[in-house]
Amino acid sequence: MLEIRDLNVYFGVIHALKGVSLTVNDGEIVTLIGANGAGKTTTLRTISGLIKPKSGTISLDGADITGLPAKERVRLGISHVPEGRRVFPAMTVLENLELGAYLRRDKQGIAKDLNKVYEHFPILYDRRRQSAGTLSGGEQQMLAIGRAMMSRPRILFLDEPSMGLAPLLVQEIFNIIKSINESGTTILLVEQNASMALKTADRAYVLETGSIVISGSGEELAQSEDIKKAYLGG
Amino acid sequence: MDQFIQQIINGISLGSIYALIALGYTMVYGIIKLINFAHCDVYMLGAYIGYYCMTFLHLGVVPSLLIAMILCTLLGVLIEKIAYKPLRNATRIAVLITAIGVSLFLEYGTMYFVSPQVRTFPPHIVKSMSAGIKLGNINLTFMQLMIVSVTVLLMVLLQLTVKRTRIGKAMRAVSLDVDAAELMGINVDTTISFTFALGSALAGAAGVLVGLYYNSINPLMGLLPGLKAFVAAVFGGIGIIPGAMIGGYFIGMVETFVAGYGYSMYRDAVVFAILILILIVKPAGLLGRNVREKV
Repeated sequence: MLEIRDLNVYFGVIHALKGVSLTVNDGEIVTLIGANGAGKTTTLRTISGLIKPKSGTISLDGADITGLPAKERVRLGISHVPEGRRVFPAMTVLENLELGAYLRRDKQGIAKDLNKVYEHFPILYDRRRQSAGTLSGGEQQMLAIGRAMMSRPRILFLDEPSMGLAPLLVQEIFNIIKSINESGTTILLVEQNASMALKTADRAYVLETGSIVISGSGEELAQSEDIKKAYLGG
Repeated sequence: MDQFIQQIINGISLGSIYALIALGYTMVYGIIKLINFAHCDVYMLGAYIGYYCMTFLHLGVVPSLLIAMILCTLLGVLIEKIAYKPLRNATRIAVLITAIGVSLFLEYGTMYFVSPQVRTFPPHIVKSMSAGIKLGNINLTFMQLMIVSVTVLLMVLLQLTVKRTRIGKAMRAVSLDVDAAELMGINVDTTISFTFALGSALAGAAGVLVGLYYNSINPLMGLLPGLKAFVAAVFGGIGIIPGAMIGGYFIGMVETFVAGYGYSMYRDAVVFAILILILIVKPAGLLGRNVREKV
């Protein structure tokens, strides 16, 4: 479904992504793990069009989207839950969700998806008239995911969804990710919480200082001694 | 007592003007964090467009006002496209300096074409506008009624646009978080253009109203009201739309009262003293909050 080939990204003189290639197949959960500063967020931001790569190609269903603006990529079915949630704090929960459906014109479909989000996250329904800035970290993460679902994505990017959340909430967020995947949305997940990510994912890539160093199934990597030592605290 | 009420009426009229201009400053700041110094010159050009409509095309006040608003809208969008858009990723200081450049260009460019001479509006229009209602010693002119009603109408329309429409929601989203807005599929460039369009339309309206109110326009007329409107925007909390409205009326009121009670010489000084005071006591402005970044 999504294919990244030899992506190179520079920030000034810093070579942030050094020929990153990865594939996400239809219906999978793929995770990208790695240390701070390895380039995980940069990879996601480049794929969703916030950063222009110096070279390399990004294709979605075989069509090259490397040159498309972010907006067009959303239209094609990419939705991105950014690092740090990035909800619109001064707007209400409902307005945040509506913005997620910004490019859609089908009122009925939007209403239906809004109900679906409320089913997934009942707390968002209770807080729909409240400004998003007043929500707790976990609620904001739910809102960010709900907002991303409002564009009816085919592939969902999640950047550190567990960051700053209590362990119980982390489990809940991962359950939600799984259920979103089961209802047919492909997922590319960036995580620092490697053990949770590997448990959830079908396949995984390990990013180190801008390059993919290992890839394999989630299980395989979870068993690998190198990974255990470097990322799983074992 | 009569004088007090009269000053309130005058203060509201002047405050309306400041509020209209301040809205443009605050919206643009809200969305691209730029103090658009050229904004006060869009206001000046609005006054000139109104003047030419009335003097040479013999149009009435309302059509002239509408034409000025439309042309200023185009001008505002054009300024953004030519001067600011290429600097989207530049440092803020570079854009700020550009804004000062655009401002000087518009002022002295206008002076080149229309001469620095002060102009006055056609006498019959001025006369009809300065007629009004007299209640004892209190004077309420048509001009003042018009300023206040046009301002209130425009503010209501603006609020509806920002709160209810799709593009208005996009504006708020971009001003809160550009990246996140882009991830929603919002076209950031279009949204910024639209913000300039709205602000410039309001400035154009303010220009025509002020031109008629004081019956005197010149190419540098934007400087002082522009600065005061900027103070108003900072007073209310820059980037916050209701703040600009409140700030505009507050500054207009202060200035009128200072002048009305015999300290005319100090009225500008008082306004800028207020700016200094705000910056010391509450830099985020009346409605502003110190934003902490959540990580």
